[in-house]
Amino acid sequence: MALEFSPETYKKFEETVARYPRKEAAMLPVLYLAQQEFGCLGPEAIEYVAKLMGQSPAQVYGVVKFYTMYTMKPIGRHHIQVCRTLPCALRGAEKVTSFLKKSLGVECGQTTPDGRFTLSEVECLASCGTAPMMQVNDDYYENLTEERLTEILQQLE
Amino acid sequence: MEKLLLRSIDVPGSHTLAVYRSRGGYRSWEKVVRDMQPAQVIDEVKASGLRGRGGAGFPTGMKWSFVPRESPKPKYLVCNADESEPGTFKDRLLIEKDPHAVIEGTLIAAFAIQSQTAFIYIRGEMVFGTRQLERAVEEAYQAGYIGKGILGTGYNLDVIVHRGAGAYICGEETALLSSLEGGRGWPKVKPPFPATHGLFGCPTVVNNVETLAALPWIIERGAAAYAAIGTEKSKGTKLFSVSGHIARPGVYELEMGYPFTRFLEDDCGGVPDGKKLKGVIPGGGSMPVLRADELEGVNLDYESVQAAGSLLGSGGVIVMDDTTCMVRAAWNIARFYAHESCGQCSPCREGCHWMEKVFHRIEQGEGQTGDLELILNVSGNIMGNTICPFGDAAAMPAAAFIRKYRREFEEHIAQKKCTVAG
Repeated sequence: MALEFSPETYKKFEETVARYPRKEAAMLPVLYLAQQEFGCLGPEAIEYVAKLMGQSPAQVYGVVKFYTMYTMKPIGRHHIQVCRTLPCALRGAEKVTSFLKKSLGVECGQTTPDGRFTLSEVECLASCGTAPMMQVNDDYYENLTEERLTEILQQLE
Repeated sequence: MEKLLLRSIDVPGSHTLAVYRSRGGYRSWEKVVRDMQPAQVIDEVKASGLRGRGGAGFPTGMKWSFVPRESPKPKYLVCNADESEPGTFKDRLLIEKDPHAVIEGTLIAAFAIQSQTAFIYIRGEMVFGTRQLERAVEEAYQAGYIGKGILGTGYNLDVIVHRGAGAYICGEETALLSSLEGGRGWPKVKPPFPATHGLFGCPTVVNNVETLAALPWIIERGAAAYAAIGTEKSKGTKLFSVSGHIARPGVYELEMGYPFTRFLEDDCGGVPDGKKLKGVIPGGGSMPVLRADELEGVNLDYESVQAAGSLLGSGGVIVMDDTTCMVRAAWNIARFYAHESCGQCSPCREGCHWMEKVFHRIEQGEGQTGDLELILNVSGNIMGNTICPFGDAAAMPAAAFIRKYRREFEEHIAQKKCTVAG
């Protein structure tokens, strides 16, 4: 069964490409559309995007691997990304990560067996003034404490 | 001090067109697009002394003037909203709380270089900021500030908000352009510079968010008013992002030349919990650390910080107290660069991983004799031998941590553990 965009997503794809002076410039937004649609950018998704964009799968693969926000494998519903760079480290980022590892029962880079959470460490998210902090999917959670973390985890279904 | 950049961020609804306009917003754009010539705008910004606020501090008007006016190729203006320098979060504040100031500045810069297509390249992680900008751009289109035949003139301009996908290197202008062209964020050799060979080989200017946000004020009050603020070579105001072991972290706007120690102790509340200041990084994770005893007489402007042996950079001020293990801090930064290296240049690609590895083994109590010389040697071999300044950005802090805290590193190696934090 070949992967392809739904008609609605295909329309978004066309609108996206139309915004740019050259088609190839739309690669990053198109990859976001594909990741949203297919859940992750595996080999089939990469081949499909390559066809849409008129490029080689190798080229698209190179782009996918370069950027941290594209994933080739499925991840949990909530991707918890804890900032680990110096300003956050100075304010307890490591304790946040340890707490989350214990609470979720996973190591960094792993997903909980129920598919609810994936835990990662990431680099500076430009939120150093409200450290320690983390990003979960699209949202920043700042000024973290163990209490706040427990609350947040409960709220994330 | 009158706030220029942060004047609106605490006003409710500051991100909306209605509030922005009620506070005088877009009057500068109206003046530029209706009454000024591109060359006049360039001259005005040159006269203001505005320097790029992303980190390099290059004179903005001069950068614009490198765009060949007579070139038949389309010209592109790019707002660099890829803020990723460790310790820096000032652009995010402007994007989230005053997106119209960023947009108005983008329009003014685009006009100055006669561009008809402007991009705002924003890092992929800043989803909320992206939505703020997209909404504000839509409002500006509706109001006729962007689009075809703007405000009754013959000038056409489109603005495209474009998300990155997670890569620190894309803050470097040529890497940003490689990414915007749809590829890996690989920097390009300079020269040629983007002003002549940029996006799709066309004349392009990339400006930082904070740089652009200063333009409406400069056009409104005039270059002389901006140049009256600051020092002889560092004009105007700058945003400083303060983090780490400090009582009042956050974004502050200061006149260039403000005394560093007074800033930390008075404005930011000093080091909390009875601890003592041990070191400060003045300009973001790529800049050399300054020891507490090196701050005397240092002012927050480009020249003074350079004379002290570091650089103002992005103004990301990272404060470390006396509980900080400098070996661990050095490793943390080295790990950042090892992770973010784009991989094109062998000295950087291999060297960054070596520095991370050696710092890490020292930190873990497995440091070997000669490790410090090894890191310094690797650092020296990266500097100046790469396509882009990322290599220097990784090499400089590594060497600085060792130079400034040599005894601590030696003790950590000899004792096979941290002798500071335990």
